[in-house]
Amino acid sequence: MESEQLYHRGYCRNSYNSIASASSDEELLDGAGVIMDFHTTEDDNLLDGDAASPGSNYAMSNGGGVASSTTHLLDFLEEPIPGVGTYDDFHTIDWVREKCKDRERHRKINSKKKESAWEFTKSLYDAWSGWLVVTLTGLASGALAGLIDIAADWMNDLKEGVCLSAMWFNHEQCCWTSNETTFAERDKCPQWKSWAELILGQAEGPGSYIMNYFMYIYWALSFAFLAVCLVKVFAPYACGSGIPEIKTILSGFIIRGYLGKWTLMIKTITLVLAVASGLSLGKEGPLVHVACCCGNIFSYLFPKYSKNEAKKREVLSAASAAGVSVAFGAPIGGVLFSLEEVSYYFPLKTLWRSFFAALVAAFVLRSINPFGNSRLVLFYVEYHTPWYLFELIPFILLGVFGGLWGAFFIRANIAWCRRRKSTRFGKYPVLEVIFVATITAVVAFPNPYTRQNTSELIKELFTDCGPLESSQLCQYRSQMNGSKAFTDNPNRPAGPGVYAAMWQLCLALIFKIIMTIFTFGLKVPSGLFIPSMAIGAIAGRIVGIAVEQLAYYHHDWFLFKEWCEVGADCITPGLYAMVGAAACLGGVTRMTVSLVVIVFELTGGLEYIVPLMAAVMTSKWVGDAFGREGIYEAHIRLNGYPFLDAKEEFTHTTLAREVMRPRRSDPPLAVLTQDDLTVEELQGVINETSYNGFPVIVSKESQRLVGFALRRDITIAIENARRKQEGIMLNSRVYFTQHAPTLPADSPRPLKLRSILDMSPFTVTDHTPMEIVVDIFRKLGLRQCLVTHNGIVLGIITKKNILEHLEELKQHTEPLIDDI
Amino acid sequence: MKTMFVIEAFYLACFVLLSQVTAKNSEDIRCKCICPPYRDIAGKIYKQNVSLKDCNCLHVVEPMPVDGKDVEAYCLRCECKYEERSSGTIKFTIIVYLSILGLLLLYMVYLTLLEPMLKRRLFGHSQLIQSDDDVGDQQPFANAHNVLSRSHSRPNMLNKVEHAQQRWRRQVQEQRKSVFDRHVVLS
Repeated sequence: MESEQLYHRGYCRNSYNSIASASSDEELLDGAGVIMDFHTTEDDNLLDGDAASPGSNYAMSNGGGVASSTTHLLDFLEEPIPGVGTYDDFHTIDWVREKCKDRERHRKINSKKKESAWEFTKSLYDAWSGWLVVTLTGLASGALAGLIDIAADWMNDLKEGVCLSAMWFNHEQCCWTSNETTFAERDKCPQWKSWAELILGQAEGPGSYIMNYFMYIYWALSFAFLAVCLVKVFAPYACGSGIPEIKTILSGFIIRGYLGKWTLMIKTITLVLAVASGLSLGKEGPLVHVACCCGNIFSYLFPKYSKNEAKKREVLSAASAAGVSVAFGAPIGGVLFSLEEVSYYFPLKTLWRSFFAALVAAFVLRSINPFGNSRLVLFYVEYHTPWYLFELIPFILLGVFGGLWGAFFIRANIAWCRRRKSTRFGKYPVLEVIFVATITAVVAFPNPYTRQNTSELIKELFTDCGPLESSQLCQYRSQMNGSKAFTDNPNRPAGPGVYAAMWQLCLALIFKIIMTIFTFGLKVPSGLFIPSMAIGAIAGRIVGIAVEQLAYYHHDWFLFKEWCEVGADCITPGLYAMVGAAACLGGVTRMTVSLVVIVFELTGGLEYIVPLMAAVMTSKWVGDAFGREGIYEAHIRLNGYPFLDAKEEFTHTTLAREVMRPRRSDPPLAVLTQDDLTVEELQGVINETSYNGFPVIVSKESQRLVGFALRRDITIAIENARRKQEGIMLNSRVYFTQHAPTLPADSPRPLKLRSILDMSPFTVTDHTPMEIVVDIFRKLGLRQCLVTHNGIVLGIITKKNILEHLEELKQHTEPLIDDI
Repeated sequence: MKTMFVIEAFYLACFVLLSQVTAKNSEDIRCKCICPPYRDIAGKIYKQNVSLKDCNCLHVVEPMPVDGKDVEAYCLRCECKYEERSSGTIKFTIIVYLSILGLLLLYMVYLTLLEPMLKRRLFGHSQLIQSDDDVGDQQPFANAHNVLSRSHSRPNMLNKVEHAQQRWRRQVQEQRKSVFDRHVVLS
């Protein structure tokens, strides 16, 4: 599995590189504050009886043991080794250790609080630094979202033409002050010139159509090419949506550079280019990535967050809420999205902070006012027409469509991405992007519904036909004669304009369904929300118009006679579009509550919660019938990230000893003795094996467990000792105990490695059912767990082993799932 | 890179300030009234640059197409909306975006085309190979000094920048390998 490479490759090559020449983004610690505080009394007392309950271990490691003053003083005199307690790239963090470190830091600050005013101020600063970080993150996310919105709008219209009087205005802004008074001509103004007009001098005619076509393709291609080149040269991590990787990072994985400054800058710039090139993608997922980058960068200003990986993830949860909030203009939806989709652990403190971040971001975006109407999102619609009970049937049908499409899309996209990963086809990312962009541009131009910006298309579909509409979709045959006053939207038969529009919409639907499969996963920033909503909106509008016409022509059917009067406004096709959009988005991401809240915050339609919920639930049930994973979990599984899904249930009856390593055929467990080894032997063990950690036992005769030591910490400690302490040679004795063992007089100075030893590793017995073990891993966020039998260490279970075990079980019971 | 951070912070501050400070250009506000067809008068849109208090049918719809008695009926059906935009913000944003894009393009051209040519001409072949090698040893106990002290021994500003840039390029190369070649991250 690819994760093998991820686990070991990062360590072998980068160990010393990353220690010595730290990446500019995440400077490694320089000796301050990382104290592994594992106070205990005597070594022997710890060993027996600590196996079963993690709870008691936890209390012990919390400094609950008696800290006699002598040991405390000695530990203080020993300096903390710089670099111990950090993690390698592509490794999992140990949540328990990080939380302990944070509690220790908090205790220290609290205990010194009363000493002086300066200490008191420091403690206040520490308490408030969390709020500062989320405020800064919200500000930055809002500002960047404003930049992206304005620039994307402008570049999108650049494909059509330019505004001669002010080059920085897009079409709508250019014609802001024009005096055209008829609705049909509202978008024409003398300052806006299409490319055909500029180059050829004429605005209409076949020649200008071809010239417009050609310029459209040219601009789309150049934007796409620029985007992929920038990504490839400057920040390869900026491609894709970002949400699967952020989910993995928030569950405890480290990907260095994924949330860095260059990734942020390139993602912002290339997102605008990718959206402007007309590809079938959206900008919501990448906005979440951008917001998380901001959160990560700001957390480095505060040592409370930069040195503790668990606390940093709290900030990242809040940042992702801010990201969705500016993408959709939905602060509450953003918080729920962070809770439901992205975060792994979500304590109440994070809830409050996420809400605050989302509000700050939404406020900043609103004050920038990118769309000139004080709304956050382009498709804010406000109609309050009622819906009727019989309409639940088409809504549920739309939900079924959403679920079916979601399941189909996930399978097709994963199959395509798998092909891209494993065959030679994936070696030419730039060519692939250009090819997809060409096909998209060539096919999209003739159809006016695909030529326009997808967000504008969704807005047009959501908007109900007003009294003064000249769009094709609203060209109903009006029936009244001239003298009768115009009433609001009674049901009318569709004119030829509507039929033509329906045909075009059907073609647009098929086009979008096919192109999105190939577009999601390209090596440019690409999101999935807007294309799914567009597909759902198109389907919904078609169904809505169909039901409307049905109600008109068959108004004497029982259903319609009950609720629809002749001449009254009965069906709103715009509402069907909204419900369809929600259903499709729910089918592909399998979101529930957050989706409903986002959609009704988007549209302001609180009356429509019941139809939305009905459609979203239906689409989730139908989608789950085909496969339990949403698109993001499917991508996580495709890439082999070590993500232990908290939502899946473990229903098998295996025991711990069937999963632990070493297996029967493997070499025995590599252990270290507590005071028997020399530096040379220790280095030998580390060089010959590739395990991430080693249990430490009392001696080879009595194999009782002392603790657990991590490979990285041992390496750093030895290197540090050789540089800083004198007299450490290859045959120096290494001891993990509190006091050095008795040695002959002429032996070189021994090396004390007690400070890096974890004295309270989690252990389970070999007969523990795997259900409990998986539960422990999920709830506590463990990285590894020791398996003992009668107090003797038999083996280790790591998170990777559990994931492999889950995969194996899935293969046995559901062989068809992977068979796409 | 701290400079990136400073640029970002500067942009952020400018943005937030500019959106408050920008004087309300008279062209940036408008009142838009949409009037549907009435009797035999076609539907029309009226726009005027008036302020919020004057944004109603009577001030904006000029010339009034109906006579005195019908004005009220006509105006009742018109929908008037006040809209405000900030052209200064839009101009500033587009200019900043295009300049950053231009700088990145220039840097990209420099990195991919000019730098190898310049390096080859000035320093000869040997140095080129050294800078591209992956310095990390396979052994976890490699001497840290090898990594840190490269060929240059003068610790002045130019070398620091050079060193930082080399480090960054190595990282990007690693990332590129993971994403594009081995496909272990980001399918």
